[in-house]
Parts: sequence; C-alpha cells; structure tokens
Amino acid sequence: MSTNNLSYNEQGGGAEPAVELGQESTPTASGSTAAAGLFSTDFKKNEDLKEMLESNKESLKLEAMKRIVGLIAKGKNASELFPAVVKNVASKNIELKKLVYVYLVRYAEEQQDLALLSISTFQRALKDPNQLIRASALRVLSSIRVPIIVPIMMLAIKEAATDLSPYVRKTAAHAIQKLYSLDPEQKEHLIEVIDKLLKDKSTLVAGSVVMAFEEVCPDRIDLIHKNYRKLCNLLVDVEEWGQVVIITMLTRYARTQFLSPWREDALFDENSEKAFYDSDVEKEKADSKPYMMDPDHRLLLRNTKPLLQSRNTAVVMAVAQLYWHLAPKQEVSIVTKSLVRLLRSHREVQYIVLQNIATMSIQRKGMFEPFLKSFYVRSTDATHIKTLKLEILTNLATEANISTILREFQTYVKSQDKQFAATTIQAIGRCATNISEITDTCLNGLVLLLSNRDETVVAECVVVIKKLLQTQPSQHSDIIKHMAKLLDNITVPMARASILWLIGEYCERVPKIAPDVLRKVAKSFTSEEDIVKLQTLNLAAKLYLTNSKQTKLLTQYILNLGKYDQNYDIRDRTRFLRQLIVPNEKSGALSKYAKRILLASKPAPVLESAFKDRDRFQLGTLSHTLNAKASGYLELSDWPTVAPDQSVRNVEVKEWAPSLGKPKATKSDDKFYSDSGEEEEQEEEASESGSSGSSSSSSEEESSSGSGGRTSCRLCCLLSPVFVPPKSHELLHRMSGKGLAVSYHFPRQPCAYSHRMVSVQLTLTNGRDQPLEDICVGEAGPPGIAIHRFATIERLQPEASITVSMGIDFNDSTQAANFQLCTKTDQFSVSIQPAVGELLMPVTMTEQDFLKEQGQLTGMNESSVTITIAPDSMSSQPVGRKVVSVANMGVVPSSQNSIHRFAAKTVSSGSLVLSSVVLQEASTAKLVVNTEKTVLGSVLLRELKTALSQG
Amino acid sequence: MIHSLFLVSTAGHIFLEKHWKSVISRSVCDYLFEAQGKASAPENVPPVIATPHHYLISVYRDRIFFVAVIQTEVPPLFVIEFLHRVAETFQDYFGECSEASIKDNVVIVYELLEEMLDNGFPLATEANILKEMIKPPTILRSVVNTITGGSSNVGGTLPTGQLSNIPWRRTGVKYTNNEAYFDVVEEIDAILDKSGTVVFAEIQGVIDACVKLSGMPDLTLSFVNPRLLDDVSFHPCVRFKRWEAERVLSFIPPDGNFRLMSYHVNAQNLVAIPVYVKQNVSFFETGSSGRLDITVGPKQTMGKTIEDVVITVHMPKVVLNANLTTNQGTSTYDPVTKVLVWDIGKLNQQKVPNLKGSLSLQSGAPRPDENPTLNIDLRIQQLAISGLKVNRLNMFGEKYKPFKGVKYVTKAGKFQVRT
Repeated sequence: MSTNNLSYNEQGGGAEPAVELGQESTPTASGSTAAAGLFSTDFKKNEDLKEMLESNKESLKLEAMKRIVGLIAKGKNASELFPAVVKNVASKNIELKKLVYVYLVRYAEEQQDLALLSISTFQRALKDPNQLIRASALRVLSSIRVPIIVPIMMLAIKEAATDLSPYVRKTAAHAIQKLYSLDPEQKEHLIEVIDKLLKDKSTLVAGSVVMAFEEVCPDRIDLIHKNYRKLCNLLVDVEEWGQVVIITMLTRYARTQFLSPWREDALFDENSEKAFYDSDVEKEKADSKPYMMDPDHRLLLRNTKPLLQSRNTAVVMAVAQLYWHLAPKQEVSIVTKSLVRLLRSHREVQYIVLQNIATMSIQRKGMFEPFLKSFYVRSTDATHIKTLKLEILTNLATEANISTILREFQTYVKSQDKQFAATTIQAIGRCATNISEITDTCLNGLVLLLSNRDETVVAECVVVIKKLLQTQPSQHSDIIKHMAKLLDNITVPMARASILWLIGEYCERVPKIAPDVLRKVAKSFTSEEDIVKLQTLNLAAKLYLTNSKQTKLLTQYILNLGKYDQNYDIRDRTRFLRQLIVPNEKSGALSKYAKRILLASKPAPVLESAFKDRDRFQLGTLSHTLNAKASGYLELSDWPTVAPDQSVRNVEVKEWAPSLGKPKATKSDDKFYSDSGEEEEQEEEASESGSSGSSSSSSEEESSSGSGGRTSCRLCCLLSPVFVPPKSHELLHRMSGKGLAVSYHFPRQPCAYSHRMVSVQLTLTNGRDQPLEDICVGEAGPPGIAIHRFATIERLQPEASITVSMGIDFNDSTQAANFQLCTKTDQFSVSIQPAVGELLMPVTMTEQDFLKEQGQLTGMNESSVTITIAPDSMSSQPVGRKVVSVANMGVVPSSQNSIHRFAAKTVSSGSLVLSSVVLQEASTAKLVVNTEKTVLGSVLLRELKTALSQG
Repeated sequence: MIHSLFLVSTAGHIFLEKHWKSVISRSVCDYLFEAQGKASAPENVPPVIATPHHYLISVYRDRIFFVAVIQTEVPPLFVIEFLHRVAETFQDYFGECSEASIKDNVVIVYELLEEMLDNGFPLATEANILKEMIKPPTILRSVVNTITGGSSNVGGTLPTGQLSNIPWRRTGVKYTNNEAYFDVVEEIDAILDKSGTVVFAEIQGVIDACVKLSGMPDLTLSFVNPRLLDDVSFHPCVRFKRWEAERVLSFIPPDGNFRLMSYHVNAQNLVAIPVYVKQNVSFFETGSSGRLDITVGPKQTMGKTIEDVVITVHMPKVVLNANLTTNQGTSTYDPVTKVLVWDIGKLNQQKVPNLKGSLSLQSGAPRPDENPTLNIDLRIQQLAISGLKVNRLNMFGEKYKPFKGVKYVTKAGKFQVRT
C-alpha cells in the first residue's frame, strides 16, 4: 500500500513502462493505442498525447482527453499537458469540453497564469442561451482556485443569482461556498447574495443556498426569519440532500427562537389555539403564562414528520434529531420506529444509527424498549455493530426485562469472537450494578465463567467481579478465595492485578490465604508486569499493617526488590510505602495514619455507559459520532428563557430582529408573502447597502458599455476589477461630526447610477446616545463634479452603523469633491479626494492589441521611469498585486515572464490608460504609463513608483 | 462537504481518486489501511475514522472501499448514503460494481462523479437525470463509436427532470409495449435458539418495480390488507398525503427499475417460520473430533414449495476438516475460511434432507466451547409470507392499456439458528 503513495508524488517524469499505457486507456481506444505502445518512456507518451490534442481531428482530441482523465483518476501527474489541453476549452464537442473542464479544475491551481487564458471562454459561456452551459461554465469558473479571478467570480455569482433558470441559481449557491473558501474577505458581499437567494422560491435552490448559509454565515440567523415559513413549507419538495441541510439548520434556528417545550405545564395540542390560564405554580422571570407552543415551532414539527418515511437514511436521521432536540418529550417517540427501520440498511448506516440510539436510550429507555429484540446481536454482525448493540441492550435493561437480556447475554458470552465475549461480560457487570436485584445472580454467573477456557474471558470476569464485590464485599469471602486460587493460572496482567487488589483490600476476610498469595507473588515479582508489581506492593503494605507477624519479612523482601526496579513509578511507590509503613525515627506524622490511609473504605466504582455524555453534541453529527468536536461544528444553543419576538417571521413586516439593532430604511407595506418576491428585491437595491445594487443592474451596464464601443478602445473589453482589500478613509470624524462618524472607500465596482461616475461607499456610524434623523447630502461643489446622492437615511440608531453608496463623477481629475452632509439639526462640510487609481476601470485586451495601442500613445502621452524594485516583488504575482492595489487596472496576459502589462480606462471619459512594468536585472524595473490624459498619467506613474519600490 | 473520494480495493490499491476541492494527497488513506490492519475483516473497519486534519468516512461494498475525505462537520449518514448511491449508480451503469468495471469505464465514472457532486454537495443523484446527461455504455454504442470515431456520450442540454417537480422522470418516454411489473419481496429475519424456539422474528418487505410506460402515467396501487404494513418508507415519487389518508400508493413512476417502497410488517402478527431445523453439533472432549447432524424440513409453507435452501455454517477455527454425507444436495467445507456450505435445493415433503458426519479438529487445541450458528437461505415463489396482497393497479393520465404484473417472493433475510 505504501508503495502506491510513493509513486504518486514522484510520478512527474519518471519512467513508466509503456506496457501499462495500453491498459490505462479506455476500452474505446481504437487505433491510437497501438501507435502509442511504440513509445517507450513516460515523457514520450505525453508527447504523443500532446500531438493528439493539437491535431485537427476531434476524435483524436477526445481520445487524448479520455486517456488524460484516466491518468488523473489514477492520481498520476499530467500537469505538463496544461497548455495543450487548455486550448481546447472552447471546443464545440461537449464531451471533449467537459473533459477539459475536469482537467482544468484539477490543475488550474498549479498553473494559475495559464489558467487565466481560459477565463474569457467561461465569461462568454456565462451568457450562453443554454442553461446547462451557463451553469457548467459557472461551476468550472468557480472551481478554478486562482485567487486573481476572485472579482470575476464575484460578478459571475451575482449575475447567476438572478438568472432565470433555477438550475443556474443553484450553481450560483454552490459557487458562493467555493468563492468563500478561496477568499474569505468576500464574506460581506456573499452574504448579500445568500440573502437574495434565500428568498428564492425554487425548491432546487433552497438546499444549496442553505448549505452556503451554513458555510459562510451560520451566525446570521436574522437572514432566516423572513424565509423560515417558506422553507418549512417547501421542505417536502426539496431534493433529499437539501432536506438534510435545511433540517439541520432549522434545528439550530428553532433552538434560538422558540421557548422550550419541555416544561411541566406545557400545552402541546396542535389545535388548542386558545390559551387557557390555569393555576400556575412555576414563576419564571417575566411570563407566568402556561407554555404555548409557537405556531411556527409547530409548523416545523408538522412539516418534517412525513420525511421520516424518506428512503434516504440521512433525511430520516435528520428528522429524528430534530424531534429529539425540538419536540415536546411525549412526541419524540414517533421517530423510534423509523430509526429502528434504518437498522435494516447498510452496515455503515447501522453503525451511525446505533450510536445515536445509544445516546438516546440513556435518557429515554422507554422509546426503544418495545424494540429490544431488534438489537439482538447476530453472529454475522461486524464487531463495531455488536459492541453498539450490546451497549444499547445494557442501557435498556430494566427490572422487567433483565432476565430476557441476561439470557441473551449468556449466548453472547459463548461467542467465538472472544473480544465480543469480553465486552458482554462488562455489559453484565453494568447491568448488575444498575439493577441491584440481579447482582447476586450475575456474580454467580460470572464466577462460573471463571473456569472458562479462554483467558480474555476469564480476565474480564475477574475485573468485573472485582468491581461488583466492591459494592457489597461482606458476604463474598468464598469468591475471593476462589479467585485467589485462580492466580496461579491467569496470566493477563489486568486480571492478576485485580485479584491482588481484591485480596489486599479484603485481607481481613481471608486471613489465611492472603499471606500465602503474597508469598507466591513475591517469588515471581521480577517477572511480573508493572501494574501487577504495583498491586503486589499494595498487597504487601496492607498485609504488613494488618498481619505484620507473618508478612514482615516478605514485605521487606518485596520492598527491596521494588527499590531497584527499572520502572520509576515502582521505585517511587516503594519509597513511599516504606516511609509510610516501616516505622523509623524520621517518619513521624504520616505513619500514624498509615492504616487509615491504606485501608480506607473506598467508594465502589460506578459503571457508566460510554455514551453518557455524548448528548452534549447534536445528534446525527460527525462530532457526535467521534465524541469530539469536529472542525466547523455548530453548537446547538440552549432554549431562550424569554421568547424572542415572533413577529420577525411575519413576511409582511420588514424589520430586522430587534436584538441585532441593525437599522434599515423600513417601509411597511402589506404585501402577501406570495407576491412580494420581485418588488422586495428592487426595493432593497435602492435602499440597502449600495454594493448589493451592483449585482444585476451594474453588470448589464457594464456589458453594454463594453460592447457600446468607445472609439479609443474597440479592441478591449471591460473586465471586472481585481479584488483588493478596500482602504477606508475618514470623511468626518466623530468629534467634529457631533457624534456622527463617516468613512468612505472605493468599492471599485461599476457605479449603478451612471457609467461616468465612480462608486463610493460611505459608512455612517452614530456615536451619540440619541438616534440621528434625516441624514442626507446637501449642497455639492465644485462645478464639473457631479454627485449622485444617497437616499435620505430616516433614522440611525445609537451605536448602529449603515453603509450607503453614492456616485461621483470626478471628471478624470484628482480634484476633491466637496459636499455637505446634513442631519436634521446639523450640517457638515466634507470632501472626498480620490486617489488617481480609483478613477480607472479595468479592461482587458490581447497582448497584440496592447502593443498596438501603446504604439499610438507615444511621445507626449508616454511617461516612464526606471525604479529599483523591492526584492520580493520580482515574481509576477506581487507586481500584479501591487499595481492593482494602487490602481484599478486589469491584467493583460503577457507572453514574457518579465513583462507585466495592465490596462484600464478612465471612468469619466473612457480614455485608455496603459501601464507596463519591465523587470530588469539587479532588481530594477522600467515603468511606463501611456495615456492621453497626461496629468493623470504622471500622477499614476508617481503612485505606481512608490508602490513598487516599497518592500 | 465531501472533499475527495478514493476507491480502494481490499488489497489496499487505490485505483481511483477524485477531488472536488483542492487536491488531498492519497497518503490520507494510510489511516484507513491502519484501521484495516487492526480489523479482522474489511467489514469490521469502522466507517468513520478521524485523522489529524481530515475525517475519513468509508463504506465497504462489492469488495471496494469508497472513502470520502471530509474536513468539516457534516452528518455522517449524509456521506454514507451518498457513497452507497454512487455504488448503486455504478451498478446501474456498468451492470456490476467492481474494480474491473470501474477501471474499464474510468471516463464515464469521472463524468458521473463530476455531475453527482458540485463542490462536495450532491447535485444530481437521480439515475434518470444522470442517464440523460451521460449515456451508459452499451455494446452497440461502443461499436458505433469505434467506427464513426465517436459520437458524444454526453448530453448537451439540461435534463428536463432536473427542473421539474418530478426529477425522477424524464419527459418524452416512449415504448411500444407498455408494461408495469411489481415484485413484492419479503424477507424473514429470525433468530431461533438451540431448541428451535423463536427468539426473534420479523418480516421486512420491499416492492421493487419495473415500469416501462410511455408519457406521464399516474399510477395508483392499492392493497387488500394495508393494515399489515406497520412502518413504511417510500421512493420520493409516492404522494405521502394520499397514503396517510387512504392507504394507497399514488405516484408518477420513474422510468425503469426502482424501489417503490419498503415496509415492515406489524409486529403483532406472528411470523410463520417456513422451515424447521434439527441440529446437533458436538465436539468431543478427547480425540480431537466432532460430530455434526443437521436435518431441515418444511413447516408452515401454505402449500408452496421451498426452493434454493442453502445452509451456511461458520465453523470454529480449530475445525480442520469435515467428512459429511447427505441425502440431498451437495456440501462443501472450505478449510481456509472455515465455512461449511450445504446447498440443498428444493425441500419436499416426502424426503427430509439430512447432513451428517464427523468433523476433525486440530489436535492439541482445546475443544471449542461454542457451537457454530447456522445461517439459512431459502426462497418461496408466489408467496408473501405476511399475506400482503396487491388489490389493483390503476393508471391515469395516459390513454393506452398497460400490461400489468405482480409477483410475490419470500426469502430468508438474516435467518440464524443458534446451536
């Protein structure tokens, strides 16, 4: 097995015999296989694939791709074929294309630069009229883990989230998670998309978007409120995998939003809508009303119940755990039958279900008692299944059924699987301690088993008997004697140790035998296991205290042996015991108490189920199975003591959960849930944070302006901006704004209001202790700068903040835009000074076009400088990142590693701005900027220079 | 959710890997191999294994480990159920799910896996949808592909089922012979003790359907005695509300083979055990030998013949060989796996099959203290042991007259006799 692993990583160009090649190819391989067989090394084999990929014949290409996929499937490295494969990404043949997709997703991460070549194909496919093509383009685009395309992905996701086809929207929901794992900083934007998709009414989308929700923002419970009832109602029609995810999420949701139904005075009747007030004893904080189940809580329980009949075991388990965690105690038992039904499924399913039943059965014996026989062990069960069944049987044991269970256990003890027999003995021990009536019967049975031929069985018996005797040692001296006799034959260390401990502990009951046993073990002391040695020491010490006349010399002898033992635990113990029991002048205080220390009566051990504390985990989860917190596990919260506002789930009233205190321009309109969808969306775009607005409308804008063709750049197409962490600038300080603090940043998104404007996002925070009202933009200047104002904020709560977006047409100059920010009472003059890089929109073009355009923008329009570049930016990525962080430019593919090219247009006039960085030797680089706007060009050059020369 | 999938043969050879997120080295399977080393049989490998950075959830079937690698919390059953669905899809596509068939069809396997999961979340798992996107291999198509140089195996449009409310059925199905067959298959799970008394017995049943009907038929299947059914689970096509209200199965069926429902028969009804078994297996204290004597006969068969009776015994390890004679069928003892198989065939009233002879034990070894359990396999045609009967099948929505058929079979499930 390990040889496989070795060969896996070193596969690269290693010599792989050509014979294997024939086997690797698929059976459909026709003529080409024979030809390929002629080549003798791996290198040449791939050469041959390359030739096939570059040929004109579709069938040859397909054949090659099939063989490449075969290589990938085997875990062999086929990355060097990347350039040849990626060329076929635009193929018309769907199967070929799909295989290329498979390849791309596998290797794009390793070959990021080349992977970028394929991006434009996907962008085109995203607009294809065929929904399958749109969806698969988005799937592949989002699966290519290349950080540089994050903004393109973002844009594509936003667009797909509003696609007409639910299938494409589903794919968008999947893409959200992919983008999030690639770049967690996109979280806020993704949450907006999730919020939008949560409102989707298609059953196809529901499961996927909830999955995205769970992965990206599981704590944003507030997003669920409005969709809660819809999700409950759609649930039955959602595809089975989605059901699992939604049910798990709703379980968490319900635990935060509803009151506990587990109260004494609770009313559960589904139809008793009217509360009846009877004498109420329990006084909890605020409410003294008897418990009434929230109708929404009931809705969830009612709508999940039919899913217990699902053929999908995961769905059944999900419903079962939902009932376990949410339903009133007396309703939980309806899941029992379904869970027992799952035990007829595959072995692995049984394993998980039995684990969950084991946890449940500790708390609720009654649920599974009628199904006791379903947990009987069969000789053909797998070991882990047997153990779990045994566990459950033990949990279910009561005075009434114990005789049946014990009879069953008797057959298990005789099992050929000795490990299982030993586990059964432990189970008997647990039954015996739990049910005091049968302790004696069990003990007798176990004593009989001591004469078993198998040592593991006997050893286990001894250990269990030891534990049982501790609970009632008085009348069992004969058993102790019997066990003392066994010492000669038993070799299992744990069992020997147990016997020695027993004799030591009850040495006064067997005064004749004990010294003899000590004599025997003293003889074999040196060859015993450590744990036996320790118990020998204990026995010696105890006997020395009770019967020193007979055992003094023996104890001395054993203590001497222990003093020179190899194990330091034993040496320590020896030293300790000697000081304690052998009186000498130095040991004063403690040795008086030696007898009380060593012969103190010890509490009997409690035999507990291994599943005792498993209920701290949500049932059905991986964490529960492992009994350890798995990464990404979401705690199930405790029931709230005071019921949260129920009205948040009313779809008509649009308000956030009060606890979050998030302000929002609210307009209460009484629409019914069913027809609110569309309007809601539009409204939100206008009123809520501006970035969400860019999702659909902006992208249309963008594509129209791209194809609309400004004269200067017919050859280029607009590109979505590369993501850089937004730099926030202060607009108004809290002190000068009388509590209102405002900061702004450039989100680098196409402005929704006008294509000549730069979009700016303002974040307003109220630092006062009173709400601010009617915040709006007042007078603006200077002339030549146009401002699109944000909608008036009616109210901003204390400590709350809100983000709004506005558009400013700077007219391609770095002149500041001044305007007034007004509240109901005050006016503040503020100004936004744009960085030159924010006045640009990224574009992309081919290398040839770039060179052509650059050729036209020489002389006056070109400015250049040679700079010393920071050593860490000599590779391609840092240069790109640095340029992009300063200026909103698009990356132009370059055939040379040392040259980086970037292109953009000015936002206002659409003039082309080109920039190139030519890395030279000795960490110098030549920086060139070409643009008609010479002022802008020189400012940009200066900024790029500072950025690139920094370390 | 599911990060990567590895298919591993029992011998520990990783013959397929697929990653839905970034690549995970196949060395992660070493943890599985370690667990396999500890377990006495592949069945005993725990389905969930935690490793320092990942969790392995595996299912073992058809001598293949399907190992899913996951990184974050996920309901384990979700993964297990999905892996079984993958195996079933392979079975459906290639006729068998084996290392050889997967290796032979690696491209189709890859295309399937690509469609079944997106970013580790199930996308399309319905056989009907998958078959529209990726055509199963047939001899005819592979011949045509070889001659013409390959027409595409992959559909270019989104399967209609994917968008509809009935994703399990494709539109435009056409047959010349419209037929619908239903197989009611019941299994008896039982444990009998030494003396032949029933320790535990229950009946599980399934209704498997093979429906080849044109258009969009809407079927209703009703039973004579639906009260027998205690606990049921349905294919998603069955309308649960109708079942709740009227106890009839109303559904628009998928095209082809599918499992319509599985059920459990009410526990109050006593289970009729169709056979009796008399056995005497004993090992002598001295002389390292033993004796075996098994007799099987029919009992409570409601006039039907019991067929395909096979008795399997897992002998203790010390049994070296068996020297047995029988008056019906054949018996074989495999000294390596210690399994005795007695293939009896039909049981008839006149002659009672019997197997007896001696067992030779390893000399010097202690006498095994447990007698082996007998596992019994049998089949009764034309009988549902619970007495369940289909009343009628009606079709709405289409005009033609379909050919309908219902078949009943009773089999032994986990039928064990303790000795």
